Amino acid sequence: MGELITNLGIGFTAAMAGQNLLYCLIGVIFGTLVGVLPGLGPLATIAMLLPATYKMTDPTSALIMLAGIYYGAQYGGSTTAILVNLPGETSSVVTTLDGYQMARRGRAGPALAIAAIASFIAGTFATFLLAAFAPPLAELAFKFGPAEYFALMVLGLIAAVVLAHGSVVKALAMVVLGLLFGMIGTDVNSGTARFSFDVPELSDGIEFAAVAMGMFGFAEIILNLEQKENREVFTSKVKGLMIKWVDFKEAFPAIVRGTGLGSVLGILPGGGAVLASFATYAMEKKLSKHPEEFGKGAIRGVAGPEAANNAGAQTSFIPMLTLGIPTTPVMALMVAAMMIHNIQPGPQVMSSNPTLFWGLIASMWIGNLFLVVLNLPMIGLWIRLLTVPYRVLYPAILLFCCIGAYSINNNVFDVFMTIPFAILGYVFKKLDCEPAPLLLGFVLGKLMEEYLRRALTISRGDATVFFTRPLSATLLGLAILLLIIVFLPAINKKREEAFQGD
Amino acid sequence: MKIRNHRDFWAGVMFLVFGLLFIVLSQQYTLGTAAKMGPGYFPTVLGGIMALLGLLIAAGGLGASAQSLRIDRMQLRPITLILGGVLLFAFTLPRLGMVLSLVLLIGISALATHEFRLRDTLISIVVLIALAWVVFVWGLELQFPVWPPFLTK
Repeated sequence: MGELITNLGIGFTAAMAGQNLLYCLIGVIFGTLVGVLPGLGPLATIAMLLPATYKMTDPTSALIMLAGIYYGAQYGGSTTAILVNLPGETSSVVTTLDGYQMARRGRAGPALAIAAIASFIAGTFATFLLAAFAPPLAELAFKFGPAEYFALMVLGLIAAVVLAHGSVVKALAMVVLGLLFGMIGTDVNSGTARFSFDVPELSDGIEFAAVAMGMFGFAEIILNLEQKENREVFTSKVKGLMIKWVDFKEAFPAIVRGTGLGSVLGILPGGGAVLASFATYAMEKKLSKHPEEFGKGAIRGVAGPEAANNAGAQTSFIPMLTLGIPTTPVMALMVAAMMIHNIQPGPQVMSSNPTLFWGLIASMWIGNLFLVVLNLPMIGLWIRLLTVPYRVLYPAILLFCCIGAYSINNNVFDVFMTIPFAILGYVFKKLDCEPAPLLLGFVLGKLMEEYLRRALTISRGDATVFFTRPLSATLLGLAILLLIIVFLPAINKKREEAFQGD
Repeated sequence: MKIRNHRDFWAGVMFLVFGLLFIVLSQQYTLGTAAKMGPGYFPTVLGGIMALLGLLIAAGGLGASAQSLRIDRMQLRPITLILGGVLLFAFTLPRLGMVLSLVLLIGISALATHEFRLRDTLISIVVLIALAWVVFVWGLELQFPVWPPFLTK
């Protein structure tokens, strides 16, 4: 306990430093902005801003800002869900169910307020959970050899695939394709430039930001433009942002349960915020004495999922920070941001960069505070932003992506590289293939190869090493179990139901 | 045998082709053994796994029990104008400078929507270029020509 307080002390000192406080504020404001705007997600935004962080001298500031964008977007997404019946983010899909109904009955104010309060309570709890659980997990990770790391990555990738929506086999194929794209560039062991076709820029590998911008920025824009836009903004004035005590008392148990479930699901690879909010909504509806109110403006139907998605967003940092393994595409971008600053993500980050580690954790609590304090008074501005039509918005996104891609290496090559990935992203969507797993594979490709190589070198080529070492065997066993479970017909059906609203 | 789920079938074919392509390309590198993996080892294994997954997915789209699903029609206008704009931007940035290449990027991409409005686009061009100037040239001090290099020299 004493150690926890010392550590958080380090963290808050780092996070409160003027510059970091500013970046945290910028991050959450940007996050809310992209959360509010449908058609622009945190993934594309972080990819867009990633090159800008290369220029920052302090990686702590960079990560604080990027994290702020991520959880800020969860806040902003709920605003759009409540006022426009359009989820700004996938994690706020469920919020549309009851949030919009509350708004239609003239209770937009309380709906927005309870969403903000629920998110804040959940965020506070999850921050402390992160601080408490990170050290023992990192401790465990120090016992890992190459075989364990390889097994852990297999488990992480498979779990991410199983918990994501859509076809599992397709998602597995996307992961493998991502791993293969990750192979492009110089092989660290032999110095051979693989799949570079004698293009000098390719021998350094493909820029992560270029892949993310192409697949999530450009492909999304193209697909959005293929659809006719219909967006009706809830024009009635939002009043009464102060929440009544009865409403709070009604919502509080849902907030507590949502926080708990969201925190647990957030740690699981691939789960994160989306799964958490869906699961909590289902649970609240089951537990409620008046399930018929759900879908007609039940305050618990807003509070629970909002708490869950924010808690899940926060705890999904745990595997990335302690094990160095990204479990969601956003975390993959965080890993990329760390690597740019020569920080190898993994259990050693906590001891080698304590200010970064604890500063990032502390900044999340501060960022959550900013969100509550800033967002409720600024709601009018966000509503006005919603009226910006997409035809004005997307050229701006293009501009920031293009110049951002250029700035990675001060070279137009990375701008050119976004084009094939945009085409791929477009084709994937047409063929019902989710591009997110590809990004996870892409980041882990070279690392996975390296751990496999080391493990097999130690065992002199004996592949059974993965099953004779207890820790690695357990991890791989879990991965296999997950795959078996997901292919059982009964579970498969339930899984599809859980994601049907997505 | 009839293709029922077109999305699954063609996705499977795509993965199969990618898998085979990576296997073939990997053969120019040393394969090595499991104990001494060469640069060709891991990509070959992955390519094999992907080709198998591709076959599995494609087969799933053929069966009588497969859901009948067609691929949504592709619209040429958004994809060519958006990516054409990006391509032209990348080509002209070092040659014509930031201002002119952004005029091209915004102007061309704005045509991609059915709701194109000239007045809005002109305002966008002015506002966004001013913003790009403040953020990228003045703020982040990025290294690229702002005006056509042949004029400023």
